[in-house]
Amino acid sequence: MSISIFVIAEHLEGTLADMTFEMLGKARQLADEHGGMVTAVLAGYNVAQLAEQLGAADALILIEDELLAEFAPQPYQDVISGLIRERAPGLVMVGSTSMGLDLAAALATTLNVPMLSSCIDLSVEDDAYVVTSQLYGGKIMMETAVTAGTAIAQILPGAFRAEDGQRAGTPTLEEIPPGLHPENFRMRFENFIKPEAGDIDITQAPILVSVGRGIQTQENIALAEELAEALGGSVSSSRPIVDQDWLPVTRQVGKSGMSVKPRLYLALGISGAPEHVEGMKNADLIVAVNTDPDAPIFSVAHYGVVADIFDVMPALEERLGERVS
Amino acid sequence: MNILVILKQVPDLVEELEINDDGTDLDRTWMRYIPSEYDEHALEQAILLKEEHGGTVTALCLRIGEVDDTLFTAAARGADRLVRIEGDFEGISSRDAAAVYADHIRRGNYDLVLTGVQAHDDLNGPVGARLAAQLEIPYVGVVSGMHLDPETGVIHLHKEYPGGLLTVIRTELPAVVGIQSAVKPPRYVPIAKIRQASKSAEIGEETAEPQSLTPGYTVRRVFKPEGGGRAEIIDGAPEDIAARLVSIFSEHGLVR
Repeated sequence: MSISIFVIAEHLEGTLADMTFEMLGKARQLADEHGGMVTAVLAGYNVAQLAEQLGAADALILIEDELLAEFAPQPYQDVISGLIRERAPGLVMVGSTSMGLDLAAALATTLNVPMLSSCIDLSVEDDAYVVTSQLYGGKIMMETAVTAGTAIAQILPGAFRAEDGQRAGTPTLEEIPPGLHPENFRMRFENFIKPEAGDIDITQAPILVSVGRGIQTQENIALAEELAEALGGSVSSSRPIVDQDWLPVTRQVGKSGMSVKPRLYLALGISGAPEHVEGMKNADLIVAVNTDPDAPIFSVAHYGVVADIFDVMPALEERLGERVS
Repeated sequence: MNILVILKQVPDLVEELEINDDGTDLDRTWMRYIPSEYDEHALEQAILLKEEHGGTVTALCLRIGEVDDTLFTAAARGADRLVRIEGDFEGISSRDAAAVYADHIRRGNYDLVLTGVQAHDDLNGPVGARLAAQLEIPYVGVVSGMHLDPETGVIHLHKEYPGGLLTVIRTELPAVVGIQSAVKPPRYVPIAKIRQASKSAEIGEETAEPQSLTPGYTVRRVFKPEGGGRAEIIDGAPEDIAARLVSIFSEHGLVR
Protein backbone atom coordinates (compact mmCIF):
# COMPACT_ATOMS: atom_id res chain seq x y z
CA MET A 1 0.00 0.00 0.00
CA SER A 2 1.11 3.51 -0.63
CA ILE A 3 0.98 5.32 2.62
CA SER A 4 -0.12 8.83 3.37
CA ILE A 5 0.73 10.31 6.73
CA PHE A 6 -0.11 13.73 8.11
CA VAL A 7 2.08 14.98 10.93
CA ILE A 8 0.55 17.77 13.01
CA ALA A 9 3.50 20.03 13.77
CA GLU A 10 3.81 21.60 17.19
CA HIS A 11 5.52 24.84 17.99
CA LEU A 12 5.73 27.01 21.04
CA GLU A 13 6.98 30.59 21.18
CA GLY A 14 8.36 30.42 17.64
CA THR A 15 10.25 27.13 18.00
CA LEU A 16 9.25 23.76 16.63
CA ALA A 17 8.88 21.19 19.41
CA ASP A 18 11.04 18.04 19.37
CA MET A 19 7.77 16.12 19.17
CA THR A 20 7.35 17.38 15.61
CA PHE A 21 10.70 15.95 14.53
CA GLU A 22 10.14 12.70 16.40
CA MET A 23 6.91 12.12 14.48
CA LEU A 24 8.36 13.28 11.15
CA GLY A 25 11.33 10.94 11.49
CA LYS A 26 9.12 7.90 11.99
CA ALA A 27 6.72 8.93 9.23
CA ARG A 28 9.68 9.46 6.86
CA GLN A 29 11.03 6.00 7.64
CA LEU A 30 7.66 4.34 6.93
CA ALA A 31 7.22 6.29 3.69
CA ASP A 32 10.74 5.36 2.55
CA GLU A 33 10.13 1.69 3.31
CA HIS A 34 6.65 1.34 1.87
CA GLY A 35 6.35 4.17 -0.60
CA GLY A 36 4.07 7.11 -0.07
CA MET A 37 3.95 10.60 1.19
CA VAL A 38 4.56 12.51 4.41
CA THR A 39 2.76 15.81 4.83
CA ALA A 40 3.53 18.18 7.69
CA VAL A 41 0.66 20.37 8.80
CA LEU A 42 1.75 23.65 10.33
CA ALA A 43 -0.93 25.86 11.83
CA GLY A 44 0.09 29.14 13.44
CA TYR A 45 0.73 32.79 12.73
CA ASN A 46 3.96 34.13 11.21
CA VAL A 47 5.39 30.63 11.24
CA ALA A 48 6.28 30.29 7.54
CA GLN A 49 9.99 30.58 8.37
CA LEU A 50 9.78 27.26 10.25
CA ALA A 51 9.18 25.48 6.93
CA GLU A 52 12.90 25.25 6.17
CA GLN A 53 13.36 22.86 9.11
CA LEU A 54 10.71 20.46 7.88
CA GLY A 55 12.74 18.79 5.14
CA ALA A 56 11.79 15.32 6.36
CA ALA A 57 8.30 15.89 4.95
CA ASP A 58 7.46 15.71 1.24
CA ALA A 59 4.84 18.40 1.52
CA LEU A 60 3.87 21.11 3.93
CA ILE A 61 0.41 22.50 4.43
CA LEU A 62 0.64 25.90 6.01
CA ILE A 63 -2.39 27.47 7.67
CA GLU A 64 -1.86 30.92 9.10
CA ASP A 65 -4.23 33.09 11.06
CA GLU A 66 -3.93 35.42 14.02
CA LEU A 67 -6.31 33.14 15.95
CA LEU A 68 -3.83 30.30 15.55
CA ALA A 69 -0.86 32.28 16.90
CA GLU A 70 -0.87 30.32 20.17
CA PHE A 71 -2.66 27.09 20.82
CA ALA A 72 -6.29 27.12 21.88
CA PRO A 73 -8.17 23.88 21.20
CA GLN A 74 -11.21 25.14 19.27
CA PRO A 75 -9.58 27.08 16.42
CA TYR A 76 -6.93 24.38 15.89
CA GLN A 77 -9.53 21.66 15.92
CA ASP A 78 -11.62 23.58 13.46
CA VAL A 79 -8.92 24.00 10.80
CA ILE A 80 -7.34 20.58 11.25
CA SER A 81 -10.59 18.61 11.22
CA GLY A 82 -11.64 20.40 8.04
CA LEU A 83 -8.34 19.55 6.43
CA ILE A 84 -8.42 15.87 7.42
CA ARG A 85 -11.99 15.50 6.22
CA GLU A 86 -11.07 16.95 2.84
CA ARG A 87 -7.76 15.16 2.26
CA ALA A 88 -8.46 11.85 4.03
CA PRO A 89 -4.90 10.78 4.83
CA GLY A 90 -4.37 7.20 6.01
CA LEU A 91 -2.79 8.19 9.29
CA VAL A 92 -2.63 11.41 11.28
CA MET A 93 0.16 11.64 13.85
CA VAL A 94 -0.48 13.91 16.83
CA GLY A 95 1.76 14.26 19.88
CA SER A 96 0.73 13.02 23.29
CA THR A 97 1.47 16.50 24.54
CA SER A 98 -0.42 19.39 26.07
CA MET A 99 -1.61 20.36 22.60
CA GLY A 100 -2.14 16.84 21.26
CA LEU A 101 -4.08 15.65 24.30
CA ASP A 102 -6.69 18.31 23.59
CA LEU A 103 -6.71 17.76 19.86
CA ALA A 104 -6.51 14.07 18.94
CA ALA A 105 -9.55 12.63 20.73
CA ALA A 106 -11.65 15.65 19.77
CA LEU A 107 -10.70 15.22 16.10
CA ALA A 108 -11.48 11.51 16.28
CA THR A 109 -14.92 12.23 17.74
CA THR A 110 -15.77 14.98 15.30
CA LEU A 111 -14.57 13.01 12.28
CA ASN A 112 -15.80 9.67 13.62
CA VAL A 113 -12.50 7.93 12.93
CA PRO A 114 -10.47 5.56 15.11
CA MET A 115 -7.89 7.06 17.44
CA LEU A 116 -5.21 5.21 19.36
CA SER A 117 -3.39 6.85 22.24
CA SER A 118 -0.02 6.41 23.97
CA CYS A 119 1.64 5.12 20.82
CA ILE A 120 5.20 3.98 21.37
CA ASP A 121 5.71 2.13 18.10
CA LEU A 122 4.29 2.26 14.62
CA SER A 123 4.68 0.04 11.56
CA VAL A 124 2.95 -0.84 8.31
CA GLU A 125 2.05 -4.48 7.72
CA ASP A 126 -0.25 -6.02 5.11
CA ASP A 127 -2.06 -2.84 4.21
CA ALA A 128 -2.57 -1.86 7.82
CA TYR A 129 -1.04 0.63 10.19
CA VAL A 130 0.03 -1.26 13.28
CA VAL A 131 0.09 0.84 16.44
CA THR A 132 1.64 -0.27 19.73
CA SER A 133 0.25 1.62 22.70
CA GLN A 134 1.81 1.71 26.13
CA LEU A 135 -0.97 1.83 28.72
CA TYR A 136 -1.60 1.14 32.41
CA GLY A 137 1.31 3.29 33.57
CA GLY A 138 3.65 1.52 31.15
CA LYS A 139 2.79 -1.97 32.42
CA ILE A 140 0.75 -3.21 29.46
CA MET A 141 1.28 -2.92 25.72
CA MET A 142 -1.56 -3.13 23.18
CA GLU A 143 -0.92 -3.79 19.54
CA THR A 144 -3.74 -2.70 17.26
CA ALA A 145 -4.18 -2.66 13.49
CA VAL A 146 -6.10 -0.06 11.51
CA THR A 147 -7.10 -1.14 8.07
CA ALA A 148 -9.48 1.26 6.41
CA GLY A 149 -10.00 4.98 6.20
CA THR A 150 -8.27 7.59 8.29
CA ALA A 151 -6.90 6.88 11.77
CA ILE A 152 -5.31 9.12 14.37
CA ALA A 153 -2.30 7.98 16.37
CA GLN A 154 -1.30 9.94 19.43
CA ILE A 155 2.44 9.52 19.83
CA LEU A 156 4.24 9.46 23.17
CA PRO A 157 7.07 11.98 23.39
CA GLY A 158 10.40 10.20 23.18
CA ALA A 159 8.99 7.14 21.38
CA PHE A 160 11.01 8.04 18.27
CA ARG A 161 14.28 9.89 17.74
CA ALA A 162 14.04 13.61 16.98
CA GLU A 163 17.32 13.44 15.00
CA ASP A 164 15.64 11.23 12.39
CA GLY A 165 13.19 13.99 11.59
CA GLN A 166 15.58 16.93 11.65
CA ARG A 167 16.35 17.48 7.99
CA ALA A 168 16.95 20.84 6.41
CA GLY A 169 15.13 21.69 3.23
CA THR A 170 11.72 23.13 2.54
CA PRO A 171 9.07 20.66 1.43
CA THR A 172 6.60 21.50 -1.32
CA LEU A 173 4.59 24.27 0.21
CA GLU A 174 0.86 24.63 -0.03
CA GLU A 175 -0.76 27.48 1.79
CA ILE A 176 -4.44 27.13 2.53
CA PRO A 177 -6.77 29.77 3.89
CA PRO A 178 -7.89 29.05 7.46
CA GLY A 179 -11.50 30.08 6.86
CA LEU A 180 -12.00 30.57 10.58
CA HIS A 181 -15.10 32.12 12.01
CA PRO A 182 -14.12 33.73 15.30
CA GLU A 183 -17.75 34.15 16.29
CA ASN A 184 -18.01 30.34 16.54
CA PHE A 185 -15.21 30.05 19.07
CA ARG A 186 -16.04 30.17 22.71
CA MET A 187 -12.44 30.25 23.85
CA ARG A 188 -9.26 32.13 23.13
CA PHE A 189 -5.65 32.20 24.19
CA GLU A 190 -5.02 35.05 26.62
CA ASN A 191 -1.42 35.03 27.80
CA PHE A 192 1.57 33.05 28.93
CA ILE A 193 2.60 32.61 32.56
CA LYS A 194 6.32 31.99 32.68
CA PRO A 195 7.69 29.75 35.40
CA GLU A 196 9.41 31.40 38.31
CA ALA A 197 13.04 30.46 38.64
CA GLY A 198 13.49 27.77 41.25
CA ASP A 199 16.17 27.58 43.91
CA ILE A 200 17.88 24.87 41.86
CA ASP A 201 17.93 24.34 38.12
CA ILE A 202 17.61 20.55 37.89
CA THR A 203 18.35 20.61 34.15
CA GLN A 204 21.90 21.69 35.03
CA ALA A 205 22.50 19.26 37.90
CA PRO A 206 25.04 16.54 37.08
CA ILE A 207 23.53 14.16 39.61
CA LEU A 208 19.86 13.87 40.46
CA VAL A 209 18.42 11.88 43.32
CA SER A 210 14.82 11.67 42.22
CA VAL A 211 11.98 10.60 44.47
CA GLY A 212 8.55 9.25 43.63
CA ARG A 213 5.53 8.07 45.49
CA GLY A 214 7.69 5.46 47.25
CA ILE A 215 9.11 8.20 49.48
CA GLN A 216 5.74 8.07 51.29
CA THR A 217 5.88 11.25 53.39
CA GLN A 218 7.09 14.81 53.13
CA GLU A 219 9.44 14.24 56.07
CA ASN A 220 11.22 11.47 54.19
CA ILE A 221 12.31 13.92 51.49
CA ALA A 222 15.02 14.96 53.94
CA LEU A 223 16.52 11.48 53.56
CA ALA A 224 16.80 12.03 49.82
CA GLU A 225 18.31 15.47 50.44
CA GLU A 226 20.98 13.90 52.65
CA LEU A 227 21.77 11.27 50.05
CA ALA A 228 21.91 13.91 47.31
CA GLU A 229 24.34 15.89 49.41
CA ALA A 230 26.54 12.84 49.92
CA LEU A 231 26.57 12.33 46.14
CA GLY A 232 27.07 16.00 45.32
CA GLY A 233 23.70 16.17 43.56
CA SER A 234 20.25 17.66 43.84
CA VAL A 235 16.81 16.27 44.56
CA SER A 236 14.19 16.06 41.85
CA SER A 237 10.91 14.18 41.75
CA SER A 238 8.03 12.72 39.80
CA ARG A 239 4.69 14.43 39.50
CA PRO A 240 2.85 13.06 42.57
CA ILE A 241 5.43 14.60 44.89
CA VAL A 242 4.86 18.04 43.39
CA ASP A 243 1.08 17.55 43.45
CA GLN A 244 1.35 16.90 47.18
CA ASP A 245 3.27 20.19 47.56
CA TRP A 246 6.23 18.30 49.01
CA LEU A 247 8.60 19.82 46.47
CA PRO A 248 8.22 22.87 44.19
CA VAL A 249 7.21 22.36 40.56
CA THR A 250 10.73 23.42 39.51
CA ARG A 251 11.96 20.04 40.77
CA GLN A 252 9.55 18.01 38.66
CA VAL A 253 10.90 15.71 35.95
CA GLY A 254 8.70 14.59 33.05
CA LYS A 255 5.78 15.83 31.00
CA SER A 256 4.91 19.38 32.04
CA GLY A 257 8.03 19.32 34.20
CA MET A 258 11.65 19.40 33.12
CA SER A 259 13.52 17.19 30.71
CA VAL A 260 16.84 16.32 32.32
CA LYS A 261 20.01 14.62 31.13
CA PRO A 262 22.23 14.29 34.19
CA ARG A 263 25.29 12.05 34.43
CA LEU A 264 23.45 10.04 37.10
CA TYR A 265 19.72 9.74 37.64
CA LEU A 266 18.97 7.78 40.80
CA ALA A 267 15.24 6.99 40.76
CA LEU A 268 13.95 6.15 44.23
CA GLY A 269 10.44 4.74 44.49
CA ILE A 270 9.50 5.93 41.01
CA SER A 271 7.40 3.46 39.00
CA GLY A 272 8.36 4.93 35.64
CA ALA A 273 5.06 5.90 34.03
CA PRO A 274 5.53 7.18 30.46
CA GLU A 275 4.87 10.77 31.60
CA HIS A 276 7.92 10.57 33.85
CA VAL A 277 10.18 8.54 31.58
CA GLU A 278 9.93 11.07 28.75
CA GLY A 279 11.76 13.57 30.95
CA MET A 280 14.70 11.43 32.09
CA LYS A 281 15.34 8.53 29.76
CA ASN A 282 18.33 10.24 28.16
CA ALA A 283 20.31 10.44 31.39
CA ASP A 284 23.82 8.99 31.02
CA LEU A 285 23.39 6.51 33.86
CA ILE A 286 20.04 5.52 35.33
CA VAL A 287 19.81 3.54 38.55
CA ALA A 288 16.35 2.64 39.87
CA VAL A 289 15.30 1.34 43.26
CA ASN A 290 11.74 0.07 43.57
CA THR A 291 9.97 -2.69 45.49
CA ASP A 292 7.91 -3.69 42.44
CA PRO A 293 9.97 -5.95 40.15
CA ASP A 294 7.54 -5.18 37.29
CA ALA A 295 7.91 -1.40 37.62
CA PRO A 296 8.40 0.02 34.10
CA ILE A 297 11.31 2.13 35.38
CA PHE A 298 13.45 -1.03 35.19
CA SER A 299 13.08 -1.09 31.41
CA VAL A 300 14.76 2.32 31.07
CA ALA A 301 17.25 1.95 33.95
CA HIS A 302 20.76 0.64 33.38
CA TYR A 303 20.88 -0.82 36.88
CA GLY A 304 17.95 -1.87 39.01
CA VAL A 305 17.53 -2.72 42.66
CA VAL A 306 14.34 -4.47 43.71
CA ALA A 307 14.27 -3.38 47.33
CA ASP A 308 12.82 -0.93 49.83
CA ILE A 309 14.32 2.52 49.30
CA PHE A 310 14.42 2.94 53.09
CA ASP A 311 16.89 0.05 53.31
CA VAL A 312 19.00 1.17 50.36
CA MET A 313 19.20 4.92 51.06
CA PRO A 314 20.92 4.72 54.48
CA ALA A 315 23.25 1.92 53.37
CA LEU A 316 24.26 3.93 50.34
CA GLU A 317 24.78 7.08 52.33
CA GLU A 318 26.91 5.20 54.83
CA ARG A 319 29.04 3.66 52.11
CA LEU A 320 29.56 7.05 50.48
CA GLY A 321 30.51 8.48 53.89
CA GLU A 322 33.13 5.78 54.39
CA ARG A 323 34.84 6.75 51.18
CA VAL A 324 35.16 10.37 52.20
CA SER A 325 36.55 9.70 55.67
CA MET B 1 -22.79 27.05 39.53
CA ASN B 2 -23.44 23.35 38.98
CA ILE B 3 -20.35 21.26 38.53
CA LEU B 4 -20.23 17.66 37.40
CA VAL B 5 -17.18 15.55 38.21
CA ILE B 6 -16.65 12.31 36.34
CA LEU B 7 -14.90 9.70 38.47
CA LYS B 8 -13.60 6.79 36.45
CA GLN B 9 -12.69 3.45 37.96
CA VAL B 10 -9.37 2.11 36.66
CA PRO B 11 -7.42 -1.05 37.48
CA ASP B 12 -5.21 -0.63 40.53
CA LEU B 13 -1.66 -0.80 39.21
CA VAL B 14 -0.38 -2.02 42.55
CA GLU B 15 -2.01 -5.36 41.71
CA GLU B 16 -0.58 -7.71 39.13
CA LEU B 17 -2.41 -7.25 35.81
CA GLU B 18 -3.38 -10.50 34.07
CA ILE B 19 -3.89 -10.94 30.35
CA ASN B 20 -6.74 -13.12 29.04
CA ASP B 21 -6.13 -16.49 27.40
CA ASP B 22 -6.27 -15.31 23.80
CA GLY B 23 -4.02 -12.35 24.59
CA THR B 24 -6.39 -9.65 23.33
CA ASP B 25 -7.46 -7.96 26.55
CA LEU B 26 -6.83 -7.87 30.26
CA ASP B 27 -8.40 -10.58 32.34
CA ARG B 28 -10.78 -8.63 34.53
CA THR B 29 -12.09 -11.51 36.64
CA TRP B 30 -10.21 -10.56 39.79
CA MET B 31 -9.46 -7.00 38.92
CA ARG B 32 -9.35 -4.45 41.71
CA TYR B 33 -10.53 -0.99 40.70
CA ILE B 34 -9.69 2.38 42.18
CA PRO B 35 -10.69 5.87 41.08
CA SER B 36 -8.33 7.35 38.50
CA GLU B 37 -5.90 9.66 40.23
CA TYR B 38 -6.46 12.58 37.86
CA ASP B 39 -10.20 12.34 38.54
CA GLU B 40 -9.53 12.76 42.25
CA HIS B 41 -7.79 16.01 41.38
CA ALA B 42 -10.82 16.99 39.29
CA LEU B 43 -13.05 16.39 42.32
CA GLU B 44 -10.80 18.46 44.57
CA GLN B 45 -10.80 21.31 42.05
CA ALA B 46 -14.60 21.17 41.87
CA ILE B 47 -14.90 21.38 45.64
CA LEU B 48 -12.45 24.30 45.76
CA LEU B 49 -14.59 26.12 43.17
CA LYS B 50 -17.72 25.42 45.18
CA GLU B 51 -16.10 26.70 48.36
CA GLU B 52 -15.17 29.91 46.57
CA HIS B 53 -18.27 30.53 44.49
CA GLY B 54 -21.04 28.35 45.92
CA GLY B 55 -23.10 25.93 43.87
CA THR B 56 -23.29 22.18 43.81
CA VAL B 57 -20.89 19.39 42.98
CA THR B 58 -22.24 16.17 41.50
CA ALA B 59 -19.97 13.11 41.44
CA LEU B 60 -20.73 10.60 38.70
CA CYS B 61 -19.45 7.02 38.39
CA LEU B 62 -20.15 4.29 35.91
CA ARG B 63 -20.58 1.06 37.80
CA ILE B 64 -17.22 -0.61 37.22
CA GLY B 65 -16.18 -2.76 40.15
CA GLU B 66 -17.19 -1.41 43.55
CA VAL B 67 -18.02 2.28 43.13
CA ASP B 68 -20.09 3.14 46.19
CA ASP B 69 -17.01 3.72 48.33
CA THR B 70 -15.63 6.03 45.68
CA LEU B 71 -18.89 8.00 45.69
CA PHE B 72 -19.19 8.13 49.47
CA THR B 73 -15.60 9.32 49.69
CA ALA B 74 -16.54 12.07 47.22
CA ALA B 75 -19.46 13.01 49.49
CA ALA B 76 -17.17 13.08 52.53
CA ARG B 77 -14.89 15.43 50.62
CA GLY B 78 -17.75 17.76 49.79
CA ALA B 79 -19.76 16.47 46.82
CA ASP B 80 -23.46 17.27 47.19
CA ARG B 81 -24.96 14.75 44.81
CA LEU B 82 -23.87 11.23 43.92
CA VAL B 83 -24.84 9.40 40.76
CA ARG B 84 -24.08 5.82 39.82
CA ILE B 85 -24.87 4.63 36.32
CA GLU B 86 -25.57 0.91 36.09
CA GLY B 87 -24.74 -1.01 32.95
CA ASP B 88 -22.26 -3.34 31.33
CA PHE B 89 -19.25 -1.05 31.52
CA GLU B 90 -16.23 -3.21 32.32
CA GLY B 91 -13.53 -2.50 29.77
CA ILE B 92 -15.62 0.26 28.13
CA SER B 93 -13.62 2.56 25.87
CA SER B 94 -13.37 6.28 26.55
CA ARG B 95 -15.25 6.81 23.29
CA ASP B 96 -18.25 4.75 24.35
CA ALA B 97 -18.12 6.05 27.93
CA ALA B 98 -18.23 9.62 26.61
CA ALA B 99 -21.57 8.85 24.94
CA VAL B 100 -23.02 7.65 28.26
CA TYR B 101 -21.76 10.76 30.07
CA ALA B 102 -23.05 13.02 27.28
CA ASP B 103 -26.50 11.52 27.66
CA HIS B 104 -26.52 12.22 31.40
CA ILE B 105 -25.25 15.77 30.89
CA ARG B 106 -27.88 16.60 28.26
CA ARG B 107 -30.55 15.73 30.80
CA GLY B 108 -28.84 17.72 33.56
CA ASN B 109 -28.10 21.36 34.09
CA TYR B 110 -24.36 21.66 34.45
CA ASP B 111 -22.24 24.75 33.94
CA LEU B 112 -18.95 22.95 34.15
CA VAL B 113 -17.78 19.36 33.79
CA LEU B 114 -14.45 18.42 35.34
CA THR B 115 -12.65 15.19 34.68
CA GLY B 116 -9.08 13.93 34.84
CA VAL B 117 -6.92 14.90 31.87
CA GLN B 118 -6.52 11.21 31.08
CA ALA B 119 -6.73 7.78 32.64
CA HIS B 120 -3.99 5.19 32.37
CA ASP B 121 -6.22 2.81 30.38
CA ASP B 122 -7.63 5.27 27.81
CA LEU B 123 -6.65 3.59 24.55
CA ASN B 124 -9.08 5.91 22.76
CA GLY B 125 -7.81 9.11 24.33
CA PRO B 126 -9.10 11.42 27.06
CA VAL B 127 -12.81 11.08 27.78
CA GLY B 128 -13.16 14.82 28.43
CA ALA B 129 -12.11 15.78 24.91
CA ARG B 130 -14.49 13.20 23.46
CA LEU B 131 -17.35 14.29 25.67
CA ALA B 132 -16.99 17.96 24.78
CA ALA B 133 -16.81 17.15 21.08
CA GLN B 134 -20.03 15.15 21.37
CA LEU B 135 -21.75 17.95 23.27
CA GLU B 136 -20.19 20.57 20.98
CA ILE B 137 -18.99 22.64 23.91
CA PRO B 138 -15.43 23.87 24.66
CA TYR B 139 -12.78 21.57 26.07
CA VAL B 140 -9.40 22.44 27.50
CA GLY B 141 -7.19 19.79 29.07
CA VAL B 142 -3.88 19.59 30.94
CA VAL B 143 -5.23 22.23 33.30
CA SER B 144 -3.72 22.83 36.73
CA GLY B 145 -5.30 26.08 37.78
CA MET B 146 -8.31 28.23 37.04
CA HIS B 147 -10.03 31.46 37.80
CA LEU B 148 -13.79 31.64 37.46
CA ASP B 149 -15.72 34.81 36.83
CA PRO B 150 -19.28 33.83 37.76
CA GLU B 151 -20.69 37.19 36.67
CA THR B 152 -19.72 36.73 33.04
CA GLY B 153 -19.81 32.94 32.90
CA VAL B 154 -16.20 32.86 31.83
CA ILE B 155 -13.43 30.69 33.17
CA HIS B 156 -9.72 31.38 32.73
CA LEU B 157 -7.90 28.08 32.55
CA HIS B 158 -4.20 27.55 33.22
CA LYS B 159 -2.93 24.96 30.78
CA GLU B 160 0.44 23.31 31.35
CA TYR B 161 3.35 23.04 28.94
CA PRO B 162 6.80 21.52 29.51
CA GLY B 163 9.22 23.29 31.79
CA GLY B 164 6.57 24.86 34.00
CA LEU B 165 5.22 27.18 31.30
CA LEU B 166 1.49 27.90 31.45
CA THR B 167 -0.93 29.44 29.02
CA VAL B 168 -4.16 31.06 30.08
CA ILE B 169 -7.16 30.19 27.95
CA ARG B 170 -10.36 32.14 28.37
CA THR B 171 -13.33 29.84 27.93
CA GLU B 172 -17.06 30.43 28.04
CA LEU B 173 -19.29 28.11 30.05
CA PRO B 174 -20.62 25.49 29.78
CA ALA B 175 -17.34 23.70 29.20
CA VAL B 176 -15.50 20.49 29.90
CA VAL B 177 -12.09 20.74 31.56
CA GLY B 178 -9.45 18.01 31.79
CA ILE B 179 -7.65 18.40 35.10
CA GLN B 180 -3.96 17.60 35.36
CA SER B 181 -3.84 18.59 38.99
CA ALA B 182 -5.96 20.59 41.40
CA VAL B 183 -4.60 23.81 42.89
CA LYS B 184 -4.24 21.92 46.18
CA PRO B 185 -3.62 18.22 46.72
CA PRO B 186 -6.83 16.18 47.13
CA ARG B 187 -7.98 16.57 50.72
CA TYR B 188 -7.67 13.75 53.17
CA VAL B 189 -10.87 12.56 54.78
CA PRO B 190 -10.85 10.23 57.76
CA ILE B 191 -12.54 6.84 57.40
CA ALA B 192 -15.10 7.83 60.03
CA LYS B 193 -16.31 10.66 57.83
CA ILE B 194 -16.63 8.34 54.84
CA ARG B 195 -18.56 5.87 56.97
CA GLN B 196 -20.83 8.67 58.08
CA ALA B 197 -21.37 9.70 54.46
CA SER B 198 -22.24 6.13 53.56
CA LYS B 199 -25.10 6.36 56.05
CA SER B 200 -26.36 9.85 55.25
CA ALA B 201 -25.60 10.39 51.56
CA GLU B 202 -27.82 8.94 48.88
CA ILE B 203 -26.67 7.59 45.59
CA GLY B 204 -28.94 8.37 42.66
CA GLU B 205 -29.11 5.41 40.35
CA GLU B 206 -29.45 5.54 36.59
CA THR B 207 -29.07 2.87 33.95
CA ALA B 208 -27.59 3.06 30.49
CA GLU B 209 -27.02 0.70 27.61
CA PRO B 210 -23.54 1.45 26.37
CA GLN B 211 -23.40 1.60 22.62
CA SER B 212 -20.71 -0.56 21.15
CA LEU B 213 -19.96 0.77 17.72
CA THR B 214 -17.21 -0.87 15.73
CA PRO B 215 -14.02 0.69 16.97
CA GLY B 216 -12.39 0.87 13.51
CA TYR B 217 -9.36 -1.14 14.60
CA THR B 218 -8.59 -4.65 15.74
CA VAL B 219 -6.61 -5.52 18.85
CA ARG B 220 -3.96 -7.98 17.70
CA ARG B 221 -2.07 -8.54 20.88
CA VAL B 222 -1.97 -7.44 24.52
CA PHE B 223 1.30 -8.12 26.27
CA LYS B 224 3.60 -7.03 29.04
CA PRO B 225 6.84 -5.23 28.20
CA GLU B 226 9.79 -7.61 27.99
CA GLY B 227 10.51 -8.82 31.51
CA GLY B 228 12.80 -6.53 33.45
CA GLY B 229 13.82 -4.67 30.30
CA ARG B 230 17.40 -3.70 30.10
CA ALA B 231 18.28 -2.98 33.73
CA GLU B 232 20.97 -5.17 35.23
CA ILE B 233 19.48 -6.19 38.54
CA ILE B 234 21.65 -5.88 41.64
CA ASP B 235 20.76 -8.31 44.42
CA GLY B 236 21.92 -8.73 47.97
CA ALA B 237 21.75 -7.23 51.42
CA PRO B 238 21.49 -3.42 51.55
CA GLU B 239 25.21 -3.12 52.39
CA ASP B 240 26.18 -5.25 49.38
CA ILE B 241 23.86 -3.29 47.12
CA ALA B 242 25.33 -0.03 48.41
CA ALA B 243 28.87 -1.27 47.83
CA ARG B 244 28.05 -2.32 44.27
CA LEU B 245 26.29 0.97 43.51
CA VAL B 246 29.21 3.00 44.80
CA SER B 247 31.58 0.99 42.67
CA ILE B 248 29.35 1.63 39.60
CA PHE B 249 29.28 5.34 40.45
CA SER B 250 33.04 5.24 40.75
CA GLU B 251 33.47 3.52 37.36
CA HIS B 252 31.47 6.37 35.87
CA GLY B 253 33.62 8.96 37.60
CA LEU B 254 30.71 10.13 39.72
CA VAL B 255 32.38 9.67 43.10
CA ARG B 256 36.00 10.01 44.00
